[in-house]
Amino acid sequence: MVSVQPLMSVSVDAEDRLHEANNPTSLVAEFGPDEPLRLDCGVDLAPFQIAYQAYGTLNADKTNAILICHALTMDQHVANVHPITGKPGGWLTLVGPGKPVDTDRYFVICSNVIGSCMGSTGPASINPATGKVWGLDFPVITIPDMVRAQAMLIDRLGITQLFCVVGGSMGGMQTLQWTAAYPERVFSALAVACATKHSAQNIAFHELGRQAVMADPDWRGGRYFEEGTHPHRGLGVARMAAHITYLSDAALHRKFGRRMQDRDVPTFSFEADFQVESYLRYQGSSFVERFDANSYLYLTRAMDYFDIAADHNGHLAEAFRDTQTRFCLMSFTSDWLFPTAESRDVVHALNAGGVRVSFAEIETDKGHDAFLLDVPEFLDLADAFLNSAAAVRGLPVEARDK
Amino acid sequence: MNVHQQGLGTKPGNPASPVPGSYRGDHLLVAEMIPAGSKVLDVGCGDGDLLQLLESRGIDGRGIELSREGVNHCVGKGLAVVQGDADTDLVNYPDDAFDYVILSQTLQATRQPRVVLENLLRIGRRAIVSFPNFGFWRMRLQLLIGGRMPRTENLPATWYDTPNIHFCTIKDFVHLCDEINVKMERAVALDLYGRPLRLNAPWWFWNMFGEQGVFLLQRAGK
Repeated sequence: MVSVQPLMSVSVDAEDRLHEANNPTSLVAEFGPDEPLRLDCGVDLAPFQIAYQAYGTLNADKTNAILICHALTMDQHVANVHPITGKPGGWLTLVGPGKPVDTDRYFVICSNVIGSCMGSTGPASINPATGKVWGLDFPVITIPDMVRAQAMLIDRLGITQLFCVVGGSMGGMQTLQWTAAYPERVFSALAVACATKHSAQNIAFHELGRQAVMADPDWRGGRYFEEGTHPHRGLGVARMAAHITYLSDAALHRKFGRRMQDRDVPTFSFEADFQVESYLRYQGSSFVERFDANSYLYLTRAMDYFDIAADHNGHLAEAFRDTQTRFCLMSFTSDWLFPTAESRDVVHALNAGGVRVSFAEIETDKGHDAFLLDVPEFLDLADAFLNSAAAVRGLPVEARDK
Repeated sequence: MNVHQQGLGTKPGNPASPVPGSYRGDHLLVAEMIPAGSKVLDVGCGDGDLLQLLESRGIDGRGIELSREGVNHCVGKGLAVVQGDADTDLVNYPDDAFDYVILSQTLQATRQPRVVLENLLRIGRRAIVSFPNFGFWRMRLQLLIGGRMPRTENLPATWYDTPNIHFCTIKDFVHLCDEINVKMERAVALDLYGRPLRLNAPWWFWNMFGEQGVFLLQRAGK
């Protein structure tokens, strides 16, 4: 029989993930039965909680707050060691002392999105009505729901206007949603590698991921916590497929080419002969250690439903008409998940609405993930944009450390 | 020609500008044509020098620039500039979106100058267009005597690598404006050093001795 090497099994146990989802290693804002979150699907979610991290100090005028909106499978731990994986913060290229989002000058907030699994209410949380994990009983949430929840958190923190909302990918979608829903609460917006709608191709990739999760017998209709299983194979495959979309052909070629993994000749089996296979399997298996399978279903769905223009009679420009927010959009040449054309559509709509916008396409072969990586041109522009906005807002200006 | 030629005041840099005297002559000329508080689009804004001058004078400036380096410079200066192409992207702007649309030293590099010009006056209530005059005596002399495509300090590219594909003379441009029914509010010719030529000089003189032309345009019938 031909040798087969399946995806590795889980080393972080379900208890840890469940604990982090309900009792996070983060600050927590709790909202009681009298403060429901109005969801687009018609449900009032209450009670619920938002887990968030905060860095730096809020100034006396409360004008230096930056909200970071995290991407699909990222979380609020952008600039601190991750409580489950023990790895460094998720967006240290952009956020930290002396970085473009300078925690020495700004009060930086990042909250776990509703529906995720790192402490904000989601499908891995306990449903107070049943005392059991929500699972698929959790209502379907949208990007506007996530932003509505964030606005409630910002209210709770006593901040009227955010100096900047920053996000990439799904975080960029939230950033754009912020400016469409609460233009007066956003002084500036930095949206990277994103769009105002999810394309058919992107929905297709998400559907592939969801079907992989649901095809895993250990998924058990979403009741895997109670049944003591975990659909790590399905979720791992979903992650592997998604991860390919975050890279580029050029980046895969540069990093791996057709090189073999710890061997010189093929094994004539289905083991991971190629480095790229080994890398993808590692991505799949490390992801399932920290992420909840049902959350993956919910968050990918939220991105699929996102379409700002559809919420404004099909006219994107109407969503941004006469907004005073200062915008900066950036895209990456090798990003095929959110290609430059998508950003240009947003720019055209902003121009049509008379909005102040800067837009640059950054040349890199690093694909969609470039926004999280050390891409100096991107970081320089983010720095310059934030500093120019800071000058207008009367905040201190300082070039980033290099 | 039905154009009223008009000279501009020769007063030096506005005291409001951060570094008076450091700006290009044609930029100062353009800036003087625009009242404070106007909303302006600079098409082909390069490194953003003109936009910076305009913003320093209380004008709300936006830019389009083709080159990635140019855009990055501009964003680095805090300017609202988007990467785009005058030939393809102007159609995406709504009518009357700006008070003034500027096309500075870019017309000759567009694929469809006429369409671009029409778009400028659709997007903006007024347009300011400046371009190098191919009828300038040095150009004529190089072609006539040297028998080779002209090159100057301001246009140093060779014929095979120049981005400038639609050269015209001041006379040509005035004809185009007549043809598409554009009204010239002001016209200025600058010499090699960016100084305005004598304003009572005849058109042929401008076309011969103007190194570049700067025109303030308006849709006719308004």
